[in-house]
Amino acid sequence: MPKVFAAAQLDCKNDLTSGAKSYDPLTFRVTFKFMNTRAEKPQRNSMAKVSRRDAIKTLGAAALTTGLPLAGVAAQEHATAPPARTPSGGSGAAPGAAAGSPPTTYLFFNSEEAAFIEAAVARLIPADEQWGGAIEAGVPNYIDKQLGGAWGAGERLYRSGPWQPGTPSQGYQLPFTPAELFKKAIGAINKEFAASGTPFAKMSPDQQDGYLRKLEAGGKDLDGVPSEVFFAHLWGSTLEGFFADPVYGGNRDMISWRMIGFPGAYASYYDLVDQHGIKIDRAPMSLAQDAHGHVHPNPNVPADLPPNNQ
Amino acid sequence: MATRLKPVDAVTIGVGLTGSMAGLELTGAGLTVVGLERGAPRDTVPDFQSPSIHDELRFSIRKAMMQDNVKVAVTFRNTSDQTALPIRRWESFLPGQGLGGSFVHWNGQSFRAQVADFIYRTHHLERYGQKFLDACGPDLTIQDWGVTYDELEPHYDRFEYLIGVSGTAGNIKGKILPGGNPFEAPRSRDYPNPAQKEPYFGAIFRKGAESLGYHPYTQPSSNLSRPYTNPLGIKMEACVFCGFCERYACEHYAKGSPQTTILPILLKNPKYELRTGCEVLRINLDSTGKKATGVTYVDAAGREFEQPAELVLICAFPLNNVRTLLLSKIGKPYDPKTGEGVVGRNYSYQTTGGTIVFMDESININPFMASGASGTMIDDFSGDNFDHKDLGFIGGAYVGTIMTNGRPIEFHPTPPGTPRWGLEWKKAVARHYNHTIVITQLGTSQSCRANYLDLDPTYKDAWGRPLLRMTFDFPDNDIRMAQYISDKGEAIARAMGGKTIVRVATKRPYTTTVYQSTHNAGGAVMGTDPKTSVVNRYLQCWDVPNVFSLGGAAFPQNITYNYSLTIGALTYWALEAIKNKYLKSPGPLA
Repeated sequence: MPKVFAAAQLDCKNDLTSGAKSYDPLTFRVTFKFMNTRAEKPQRNSMAKVSRRDAIKTLGAAALTTGLPLAGVAAQEHATAPPARTPSGGSGAAPGAAAGSPPTTYLFFNSEEAAFIEAAVARLIPADEQWGGAIEAGVPNYIDKQLGGAWGAGERLYRSGPWQPGTPSQGYQLPFTPAELFKKAIGAINKEFAASGTPFAKMSPDQQDGYLRKLEAGGKDLDGVPSEVFFAHLWGSTLEGFFADPVYGGNRDMISWRMIGFPGAYASYYDLVDQHGIKIDRAPMSLAQDAHGHVHPNPNVPADLPPNNQ
Repeated sequence: MATRLKPVDAVTIGVGLTGSMAGLELTGAGLTVVGLERGAPRDTVPDFQSPSIHDELRFSIRKAMMQDNVKVAVTFRNTSDQTALPIRRWESFLPGQGLGGSFVHWNGQSFRAQVADFIYRTHHLERYGQKFLDACGPDLTIQDWGVTYDELEPHYDRFEYLIGVSGTAGNIKGKILPGGNPFEAPRSRDYPNPAQKEPYFGAIFRKGAESLGYHPYTQPSSNLSRPYTNPLGIKMEACVFCGFCERYACEHYAKGSPQTTILPILLKNPKYELRTGCEVLRINLDSTGKKATGVTYVDAAGREFEQPAELVLICAFPLNNVRTLLLSKIGKPYDPKTGEGVVGRNYSYQTTGGTIVFMDESININPFMASGASGTMIDDFSGDNFDHKDLGFIGGAYVGTIMTNGRPIEFHPTPPGTPRWGLEWKKAVARHYNHTIVITQLGTSQSCRANYLDLDPTYKDAWGRPLLRMTFDFPDNDIRMAQYISDKGEAIARAMGGKTIVRVATKRPYTTTVYQSTHNAGGAVMGTDPKTSVVNRYLQCWDVPNVFSLGGAAFPQNITYNYSLTIGALTYWALEAIKNKYLKSPGPLA
């Protein structure tokens, strides 16, 4: 089965890189180089059709038998055993972040805002018995970096007035940039809870869910931001941070991609697309991963690539 | 104060598909041509390379390839009694920006229109009568194009060979061929390349559609099935189904675009000069108002220039063609109250819908293995391919599985009853991601009296000029059409073995917050009557004969299909008329 073998080869290359300690591009590159020099392993052929859980085990086995650093295996294990969540102490470190991954250094949120974001995204996409959630994926870090950058400042947002409320079909019509919108809304929420004595982050999960549902349902004013608008931004950013490429600081260890089976930035399925129903257990690939020009690793693609591409 | 530059023979406003074609054809005819592109220069190497091109957040979500709406947005309202407000973020439609225009980030779905599409009013009057049309909607302003399919056929053919369309012919010179689309308008010869491979979702759709007696076929694609050298000698490659096509540029030289099919030749021609970062402020007219003297533009550094030219071709995205005409005061603006005027009249869109089919967990769809146009579909309900006599609407839609990607920020389907977030949502995403098929329906949009484009009275662009104002909602006719087709999609979904089926058909009001289609059409429509068209059948402005408006703005109403191939054919048609008729004797061609 030459075609399956070709797929398996790709699996191997990418599986191993997924075991990198973190997605810090520098670390990643070092890991990737190391992985790439490995001799062929017998596990390769078994990768094409095994289940994802088995693939994780196989990866662990491969690492053990070759004496690879085990950080990657540790990261993988969070898939089956989510770490306990710990309440934020306002230290700026993400609670419940995957062991071995660096704590979030907040550049945009202050500690009180960070505490709210961490607690909220933990409820929006919680960890379960198999897969980590938004916290494990580093979603608060993703949101923090987006809001602190061009997106937060209103990139690709037409910002001229006059400002007036529109119909739902006219879309977003508030004068706030995303950064302003999050600051205002979270500030209003934290003020509300400060008055009641228990911050959002210290409430029970059920209470937190109830409050988030209230925000989502709308009708609540958060210092000029309708709560449903804030919720939509919060949820949209959480989704992005969970599913976007890890280079943006979320989706740590490509946790969401492994959960659903999305191969990521991988570039070619020419030989697989007509193998209908094939189970792809290839570990996903991040943008950061391919720093060596290995864009078209499949020699069977009938493409005469220009020199720059090879 | 504008710096006056050396006159040239022709200038194109925009260097996307139509601007590149115009540059190539007119320099070929010996003219000196300047292409003014508001965006950046960019090419396959180094700008579109992997892995960075496979970035869902940057390209799909942040829309990196689209018109800079911080500088130029569009205002919108559903009806003329509302106040239009700016579309502050692109969602519903995505005009491209930069060298190559929207023809860089398109999906490559490459359909010809049908014979009846070009004689739309005549055809429907003959088949159903005026009374029927009145019942469909008394305000419909559908009309004939002024050009026929037979006249355009050689230009469709030429354009298909230019960009290397991959497909299976269904009708060559009237002979219906197995494997192709039996509803296809007759073509003079086969596609330049065979159809792309069929992904699993297409095979499942094919089986379901066949079981109901429909006629599934592999959609024609400008993502090539094999390496190809186009008639200009430019080499293209085979598509590898990377799943990053629409909203992205192709890294492989495998998608037909100006960069892969025209520009390598054009940019070497000493008679051609490309100027990027140049925003055209207006077309200048002489004192009679009947002759253009050139254009005034601002470069990226803010310097203003006057570029004199004998011939001005508006080659922007359709909405921007209309805005350029309005800002230059060419043609009479349309007034919906009186029904008089033409510029902005007959703006149409595309009526979409679909069906989400949740399959058994044992069926791995692998949605990420796809090209932008590797779908399988039926034309049984496209255009007027079915009898409308008892249906109370005109028009139709194609139905097919045209899944183009499995990029998870955009694609993470969950069945009805799933909470919108939280643990159960997450589990449902994991359960259904690889076991869900989406059936797309894409269909006609009838022009009508109330839908139009004009200049906004309030909101301005970065240069202080009024934004374009869009007034649009789906006519009742189109809602009835979409619902009818949706029933068909639902039946196919059942035949495909869907466990849970969700139907998504167009509803009113039209909303700008959900992506639907970038096939904005009309507003500077073609025709044979200056009272109901801005340009004649050669896309030449009635009022200013040395100005041509190329592209989708010329469509009098929108067809069933993705419109790029028809834009290419119309552009060749107009450029042939310019070369063979206009240059010999400049003046009105019709």
